[in-house]
Amino acid sequence: MSAPAITMDVRRIGDEIAVVDIKGEVTAACEPVLMSAYEAASDGRTNRLVLNFAGLEYMNSGGIGMLVTLLVRANRQRQQLSAYGLSEHYREIFELTRLDEAITIYDNEESALNGVVK
Amino acid sequence: MTETAGPERVRSTEQIGLSAREAAAAPVPHPTGNAPPRDAASWARKVDRLEVDPRVGVRGTNVAGRRLTGPIQGFGKMWQKSYRMKAGPEIAPEQAIATWREHFPEFWPKGNRFAGALTGINPGDVALLDLAIGGGVKLSTGVFVLYADAESFTLMTPQGHMFAGWITFSAEREGPQDGGETVVQALVLMRANDPLYEIAMTFGGHRKEDKFWAATLTALGERLGLPNPVVDTKTTCVDTKRQWRHANNVWHNSMIRSVLQTIAAPVTGLARMLRRKDQGHDKGTATT
Repeated sequence: MSAPAITMDVRRIGDEIAVVDIKGEVTAACEPVLMSAYEAASDGRTNRLVLNFAGLEYMNSGGIGMLVTLLVRANRQRQQLSAYGLSEHYREIFELTRLDEAITIYDNEESALNGVVK
Repeated sequence: MTETAGPERVRSTEQIGLSAREAAAAPVPHPTGNAPPRDAASWARKVDRLEVDPRVGVRGTNVAGRRLTGPIQGFGKMWQKSYRMKAGPEIAPEQAIATWREHFPEFWPKGNRFAGALTGINPGDVALLDLAIGGGVKLSTGVFVLYADAESFTLMTPQGHMFAGWITFSAEREGPQDGGETVVQALVLMRANDPLYEIAMTFGGHRKEDKFWAATLTALGERLGLPNPVVDTKTTCVDTKRQWRHANNVWHNSMIRSVLQTIAAPVTGLARMLRRKDQGHDKGTATT
């Protein structure tokens, strides 16, 4: 089997915040990876989930659909979902699909953790 | 890709059962410099409001100036519906999608019109739709081509459409363990756009939509030369909550507007005819 097309590392920042570092290709096919990462990030105390897209290499429309599904799950758990590390191209896609109205986009990890839009 | 040891790393490959196409994909090097991402040409450019040119054969109302709406902006419960059809091992996924993109309007059930760009389905295109809703009324709305590549394309809906969301049409080769056949799919992720549509979807709308896409896929299958196309429909409620903060989407409801436009059509047609006649009379007076 060849190397994976995506990896997601979960980092905990204190008790309530988890950062998911996404590296590779976000498509509908990686839904099990993302949902497993979500499970690892959500331990009952997590109320903020931050997606780090700095390592994003490719995303198709199936990937956007998968993020909507993740958003629904996070909302159900009353968790706030935010993102940073998006290139100009992917930021425009978030705006085009109006995903940015539900997932707050930050410029960097520091502002994402502080919850400050720069 | 450089991999570092992480305490809670979640990996893909056979552990979590990726598709054959995904698992076979070679790792992509990290983007370097200012080179555009591989998917750049597949996505539409950002638009705030839709702009359309008039098209022959459709009314073309309820689209110009509207914003796009995804599942987040809709009102009703969120549904994911998949319509899948096995296309056999001889047809390549790219071939199925190329046929679908090129002849998309031809596969629509009778009574419905899709007026897209002459060049087929391309990112950023806006297509105008007239959909049969019964009683001689056509619902005029549209769709926006959000994404298109060799193996998939996605349409997104504007304000006023029956649902807020997107439909992704894709084809992929199953793994050898599943038969190695090409599977063609339409995947809808949607919420009814407003309370009236939610009622309409609950009382027959979903059933009608299921029939619509099953008929479309069947027509595609016949074009691809399948002797007996079979469409498998699967519906999942992703979110049972209704988003009441979006109830005022009803203001843009294209069904109500289409009914009013149909009722008013004879009056507006007559007014237009009289105006033309007056202009002709004025011109005649001016030249004599």
